[in-house]
Amino acid sequence: MILSKKHELIKRNFRRFAETEFTTEIQEELDRNGGFNWDIWHKIGKYGFTGVKIPVEYGGQGGDYLSYALMNEEFCRVCPVLGIYANTPNSLGGGPLLQCGNEEQKQKYLAPAARGEKQIVFALTEPGAGSDPGSMTTKAVADGDYFILNGRKCFISGAPVADYAIVYARTDLTQKGGRGISMFIVDMKLEGVSCGKPELKMGINGYPTSDIVFENVRVHKDDLLGPLHKGYGVAMKTLDGGRLGVAAQAVGAAQGAFEEAVAYAKGRKQFGKPIYYNQGVSFMLAEMATEIEAARNLVYAAAEAKDNDAANAATLCSMAKLYATEMANKVCGQAIQLHGGYGYIKDYKVERLYRDVRVMTLYEGTSQVQKIVISRDILK
Amino acid sequence: MRIYVCVKQVPDTSGKVAVNDNGTLNRASMATIINPDDMNAVEAALQLKDELGCQVTVVTMGPPPAEGMLRELMAMGADDAVLVSGREFGGSDTFATSQIIAGALHNLGIGKDDIVFCGRQAIDGDTAQVGPQIAEKLNLPQVTYAADIKKKGDVLCVKRLLEDGYMTIEVQTPCLITCVKELNEPRYLTVKGVMENYDKDIVVLDYEALKDEELIDVDSIGLKGSPTNIFKSFTPPQKGAGRMLAGSVEDMSNELVTELLKKHIV
Repeated sequence: MILSKKHELIKRNFRRFAETEFTTEIQEELDRNGGFNWDIWHKIGKYGFTGVKIPVEYGGQGGDYLSYALMNEEFCRVCPVLGIYANTPNSLGGGPLLQCGNEEQKQKYLAPAARGEKQIVFALTEPGAGSDPGSMTTKAVADGDYFILNGRKCFISGAPVADYAIVYARTDLTQKGGRGISMFIVDMKLEGVSCGKPELKMGINGYPTSDIVFENVRVHKDDLLGPLHKGYGVAMKTLDGGRLGVAAQAVGAAQGAFEEAVAYAKGRKQFGKPIYYNQGVSFMLAEMATEIEAARNLVYAAAEAKDNDAANAATLCSMAKLYATEMANKVCGQAIQLHGGYGYIKDYKVERLYRDVRVMTLYEGTSQVQKIVISRDILK
Repeated sequence: MRIYVCVKQVPDTSGKVAVNDNGTLNRASMATIINPDDMNAVEAALQLKDELGCQVTVVTMGPPPAEGMLRELMAMGADDAVLVSGREFGGSDTFATSQIIAGALHNLGIGKDDIVFCGRQAIDGDTAQVGPQIAEKLNLPQVTYAADIKKKGDVLCVKRLLEDGYMTIEVQTPCLITCVKELNEPRYLTVKGVMENYDKDIVVLDYEALKDEELIDVDSIGLKGSPTNIFKSFTPPQKGAGRMLAGSVEDMSNELVTELLKKHIV
């Protein structure tokens, strides 16, 4: 797919921002020490990257899905952590509010998130409910003007730095599976809300992930998001859009690793010549480039399908995520292989990219879940 | 109040530089960028716009593809853009170029509160002549090498960056200022800026539109009319990487002499 001049410019601008602002020093510091870089968060907020695909009337930039994919791609080419910073408010955090928030909720919660003033995270997964979110046990029981929320969410990206969480809980205890689940906007400062210790992760260090525990949390009924008992479908739809973002992240990270591999193959000399003179090396680079390009085109096609509300958009997003994230894991592994022993050393960026992309076949639906989604569609 | 910013599309010299047989740059085969100092000039104008709400107009002289650069600057925040373009203008040196741009600015009209911003110099010719010559032709006061600009009423307080220090002077509008990179950090684009402003109309001023301008002498523009002729352009041979010698003075001296002997220098 050939990008329009407008999208080319948007892509170039994302690249310039990432390369200039998210320096190697920041990346390495976050990878070593974890935590969160507020300075870069404020910068991405200042330029509206936190609200790229959120409409202008709700504090966003009014961009399309393609621009959103380009942002994820270019930011993750430099460092996946930056991509995830900008992705969350656009996708999992802002998505449910955009889909079914009322006007007051959109102005109160979505607009500040789009402007990067507040952070909203998405809390669906539970210790016993991952690929099967319908088995969740978090409950919300009506009590006058309030719902009383009890339960535990886990692996919530951004929870330790969040102002609000979109929380899914069972409101109809007589129902099972996806039925009887509702969405709530929960202020993280409410009494009874607490976060677990940030998880020690393999990669994506610098965007903290933890449990959120709810103990008799009183959530006002005004913060019920969407219709009662109908939250599950919204979660699934939000995840469709999120999958496009993750697929674009994978393409960007693979591109970053590929560029490192090319530079290394040209610079590293063995047996008196650069290692890329060996066909075993140059063919590997050719395969990597081809697979990245194939994934990129699939991602752009899925973005275009979303922008045009095409009937197969959700399936294409799943296909893009499945293909691009598996590809990125393979390509980052090959990039390390081309670096030889140096690729195993933390001084080389491919080592970090390899760890960062590993989560991409897991979060927002594993590769196996994507295959369920795709096969259901092609066999219906 | 209107701010004109003169900008130039230049070859990206971080890539490969290509030269035609006749000594001119082969611009078509090279990637282009917006001249870096001009980006600082645009940013300075946008900062004044943020503060005072004035109109910012970007002006360039160049071939039709320079339109892409103007669209980028409108996405960045410029209100409108003017492309001065015509075969008759091609190959102009700084004397001819400043004459044409001065004519275009005169044609657009310069009011009492208006300011013209330019970058200090372009990275292709490196002359730093066009800005000052435009000011001369428009009979405007000029302040070069601006590293800080503040507007106080109808005067601008400008800090000039000189080789051995700063000079701060006040200048009455209308005036022309040339900007250096120390002035500011050009902003990034926003997606909203691109979506809303990229497709806005661009004003094109061609030869027909400008030939009767009083500031333009049609016999001294373009390649033929330019007093400067390029004798020769070439890509200088690349220097090899340097090498630092280490160790005792005696060891280093020995190594140095050995190297010089090897290269038949001594």
